[in-house]
Amino acid sequence: MNRGKGPGMATDRPKARSGQVLRRLGRYLMPHRWTLIFASLLSVLGNVLALLSPRLSGAAIDAIRPEGVDYPVVLYYVGWMILLALLSSALSWVLSALMIRLSRSVVTRMRTELFNHLTRLPIAFFDTHQTGDVISILSYDVDTVGASLSTDITQILTSLITVVGSFAMMLTISPRLILVFVVTIPLSILFTRFRSRLVRPLYRRRSKELGLLNGFAEEAVSGLKTIRAYHQEEEFCHRFRERNEAASNATQKADGAACVNGPTVNLINNLSLVMVSVFGSLMFMAGDITLGGVSSFVLYSRKFSGPINEFANLLAELQSALAAAERVLHLCDLETEKADAPDAIDMTGCRGEVRFRDVSFGYLPGKTIVHHIDFTAQPGQTIAIVGETGCGKTTLINLLMRFYDVDEGAVELDGIDIRTIRRDRLRSQFSMVLQDTWLFDGTIAENIAYGLRGATRDEIIAAAKAARIHDMILSMPEGYDTRVTGSGDSISKGQKQLLTIARAMLLDARMLILDEATSNVDTQTERLIQAAMLELMRGRTCFVIAHRLSTIAGADRILVMDRGRIVEQGTHAELLRQNGVYAALYHAQFDSVEKAG
Amino acid sequence: MRTVLHYLRPQAGQMALQFLIKISGTVVELLLPSLLSTILDTCALQGDLPGVWRLGGLMLLCALLAWGGNVVANYMSTVISRKCTIALRRDLFARVATLSAAQRDRLTEASILSRLTSDTYNVHNMVDRMQRLGIRAPILLLGGIIVSLTMEPVLTLVLICTLPLLGLTVVYTSKKGVPMFTRVQESQDRMVRKVQENMAGSRIIRALNCIGREQQEFDEVNRGLAARQRTADLTMAVVSPLTSFVLNTGLAIVVLVGAWRVSMGATQPGTIIAFLSYFTIILNALLMVSRMFVMYSKGSASARRIEEVLQLPPELEQAGAGAEHPAQEVHVAFRDVTFSYNKTTPNVAHISFSLRHGETLGIIGPTGSGKSTVLSLLMRLYDPDEGSILIDGVPLPALTEEELHSRLGVVFQNDFLMADTIRENIRFGRDVPEEGLQNAIDCAQADFIRRKEGGADFPLNVKGRNLSGGQQQRVLVARSLAADPRLLLLDDCSSALDYRTDRALRHALRERHGSATTILVAQRVSAVMAADLILVMDGGRIIGSGTHEELKQTCPMYRELCLLQLGGDAA
Repeated sequence: MNRGKGPGMATDRPKARSGQVLRRLGRYLMPHRWTLIFASLLSVLGNVLALLSPRLSGAAIDAIRPEGVDYPVVLYYVGWMILLALLSSALSWVLSALMIRLSRSVVTRMRTELFNHLTRLPIAFFDTHQTGDVISILSYDVDTVGASLSTDITQILTSLITVVGSFAMMLTISPRLILVFVVTIPLSILFTRFRSRLVRPLYRRRSKELGLLNGFAEEAVSGLKTIRAYHQEEEFCHRFRERNEAASNATQKADGAACVNGPTVNLINNLSLVMVSVFGSLMFMAGDITLGGVSSFVLYSRKFSGPINEFANLLAELQSALAAAERVLHLCDLETEKADAPDAIDMTGCRGEVRFRDVSFGYLPGKTIVHHIDFTAQPGQTIAIVGETGCGKTTLINLLMRFYDVDEGAVELDGIDIRTIRRDRLRSQFSMVLQDTWLFDGTIAENIAYGLRGATRDEIIAAAKAARIHDMILSMPEGYDTRVTGSGDSISKGQKQLLTIARAMLLDARMLILDEATSNVDTQTERLIQAAMLELMRGRTCFVIAHRLSTIAGADRILVMDRGRIVEQGTHAELLRQNGVYAALYHAQFDSVEKAG
Repeated sequence: MRTVLHYLRPQAGQMALQFLIKISGTVVELLLPSLLSTILDTCALQGDLPGVWRLGGLMLLCALLAWGGNVVANYMSTVISRKCTIALRRDLFARVATLSAAQRDRLTEASILSRLTSDTYNVHNMVDRMQRLGIRAPILLLGGIIVSLTMEPVLTLVLICTLPLLGLTVVYTSKKGVPMFTRVQESQDRMVRKVQENMAGSRIIRALNCIGREQQEFDEVNRGLAARQRTADLTMAVVSPLTSFVLNTGLAIVVLVGAWRVSMGATQPGTIIAFLSYFTIILNALLMVSRMFVMYSKGSASARRIEEVLQLPPELEQAGAGAEHPAQEVHVAFRDVTFSYNKTTPNVAHISFSLRHGETLGIIGPTGSGKSTVLSLLMRLYDPDEGSILIDGVPLPALTEEELHSRLGVVFQNDFLMADTIRENIRFGRDVPEEGLQNAIDCAQADFIRRKEGGADFPLNVKGRNLSGGQQQRVLVARSLAADPRLLLLDDCSSALDYRTDRALRHALRERHGSATTILVAQRVSAVMAADLILVMDGGRIIGSGTHEELKQTCPMYRELCLLQLGGDAA
């Protein structure tokens, strides 16, 4: 698992072998193998029809003689020509429609699978990877792979069939002249192999740079307000310019290197043409071949070189697809949250007894953040966690919800190690309100009902009323059906917090986590929702993190943390009597009044 | 499309050269078959051995020239499209960076992002491919038509008759294609939004066990995108077969008309044969043109989306450099300001206050009462609907960008940390000396930075997620202080700080930045009670203003807040 700070998907990717990559991509094509074979057959049929057409026109022209035109024969063949045109056009349309459907379905499947994988990745992934880079993989890289995979494969199959066919035809004309290809074919193969080795790292770099550019763009777009406030538009444009140039240069380098391929393979083919004409002439002069033989040999060698040409171009395209595939597969290979054991406990309800047993944990290996945490929360108790910022309060919540697993010790729910409980079951025992409010693009009602599918409008309104946000919602243009768009400035952070509280109120879970749930809500509103909060907390095991000590004074137990350790615990009264850290924190809020006043 | 052409114009010279090279390469390559027939028809038949070698050498030369020409021309095309893309993307980003907040809200972040990335990519592909195919096809087409015209004008006429039909096909599908590709890009926006949401809300989604639902929703979005893409591609896929059908039918008619002409004695069967081979060249060229045209539809849909952003009229335009505005006694003044985000119910109404240099204004009031909006208006992220805002006696629109934003320090409620070092996050692109940086860290009570590995060079994760909420806020405060601000706007910047840190921060602000005019938005009375002027807001209106002592007498809401937060003795 990738816990540390990663500079992005771009750099930590191992180089995969193309055979391996292709084999893994093959999985996406397997379900479509019959379509692929059918498509290749259609394509061969189309080529045969194309070969037929000159013969039909030839037959028609044979009937046109200066001394007299045989109209019935001409009309007969012209009729066939039109029919053939119709047939081959229909064929090519069917073929491309088939391929479009195929490649779309491959892309769709790959993208959905990738996204599903993403949703199972450990939380650390989201803390260390730029959204823009991930989007870039889900859009271009998947598109590049999917599109080229399906179309290239049929084309390669078709080319192969044509090459073999032409080769056989040429063999019947002159086995000796075919020796020319003994030189040129290996030359083509060697060349394309050599180039593809050279070009792939360049395409790899292109994909990476595009990912970095997108990562930066996403980050900057999300911070536009701040950039504007500090008048740093120019500075950020400058930074964007650097990445833009890096990405464009990488693209140009890859495309520039690839653009040698087509003409070179063409050159090799032309070389064979030169050799065929020179040696053909020599052989003709020696009486080994007829002139007609040379000319049809030339025609077939032309037919032969066409697909080889195509093949070389496809190979170049395939390089960019393979480079993109590496990024896609790398994301697929990131370890997901450890899957639940098959015998994981399917917990349906719980009493709500939570125990931290000598828990130690660090986000980075070797850097322990919380040390030897040990406490028990009885069912229905409210546990408050206080301490300076950065002392590890939120980390405890992360461990409790199994966003991370402990390094040492254990967290137990009703006496069961939570690592043996199915994750979804464990999480559904909690409802939570977090520091960072998250609203998605949807209506207010949908946002409130997010955790509880099928909540009725009445339930939603009741929750909103309890969270004291009902009046605000009614004042919006479309009330509960007003759309919230991501950056919407018109909803304040405090209001967003109230909406998330309403969301939590709809859930009926045994345990409740409030991590700075009301930090941006004014004290009056906070007091107004206090009653509802208390109602929500009644009978539930609650974990509360707050700076406003007034909100936690009523807790059954207060844990005072300092630098990752519990330094004091007890009730409000007990801790005040101890006259330690908590007492100092508590008095500080009154000191502030005296000094300020 | 005009925009794309505009970006290609600076490369016109290079493009002309590239065209020329490409043309030469193509023409030279077309010489090869005729050389071949000369070798066979004359040299071989006459047993002219030196001639065979000579012409063979010439063919080799042509092949090499064609190779060189094509390689150079293709390479040049990649250079040209690189330049075009760099400029297009650069200008688009620059425009995005200066969009007004309202324009940004209308476009949505996801759409802006996909225009910056996927649309510019599509345009790049179009420009690149058009250059490569765009030469060969027209040359072959034109050459084919000219040769066949000189050979047999009447038969060529038959061919030309099919052209309007083809033109019609192309125009019709392009009319349908461009909007289709536009819809594809809109679906792309939706997908980007879904991924963004999931990356941002990963914790909540897991906590609420909504992974399955998100997967299902993404699948829907993805299918929608695929369906639109399929529709667009399928529509475009009609063009090639239709072109080839029309031309092949034309070919059949040519044979028929040819037969008639032969019987009239107007032409020879041999001419028809030659004519047919040129016809094949024309057909291939037209197929290439139709392929280009598919690329064009896709690229032009994306180009239009980019244009849409580039051509947005500048809102909130600032005055250019002009008269110096000397400091006045009154630094900041609001005169009867009213504003509404959605232009229905006002979010703030009739706001008036004035603030002298170095004074502190505290704004307090319930959630959603318009406190942050006041700050947004002062920073001119939005323009008020009524009333005016003055800085040093000058209305905001008359100030230059520079005057308004330089020496401004601000912390937003949902502020922005980058995946970069703490130092960069505090500097934020400005020229901040080390001393200023250290002072800002001290003043912001962000001493924890020094305990981090590498100190200020400690790298932050995406959105600063490897810091706790309180640590994030202190880095943001340090940013706002680093450039020695004259005007300091702090929007609830200590909500995640504990009391002790909060108190120390307020103390340090007074000591070190007492000369800065400060506006503090806060939930706690203790944060604003020392301010020179306090505004109590409710429902977008000022319901009380004055000092702490005055408000305790005059404003019932304020009195209640004091009682609630400070306890009986302090009130």
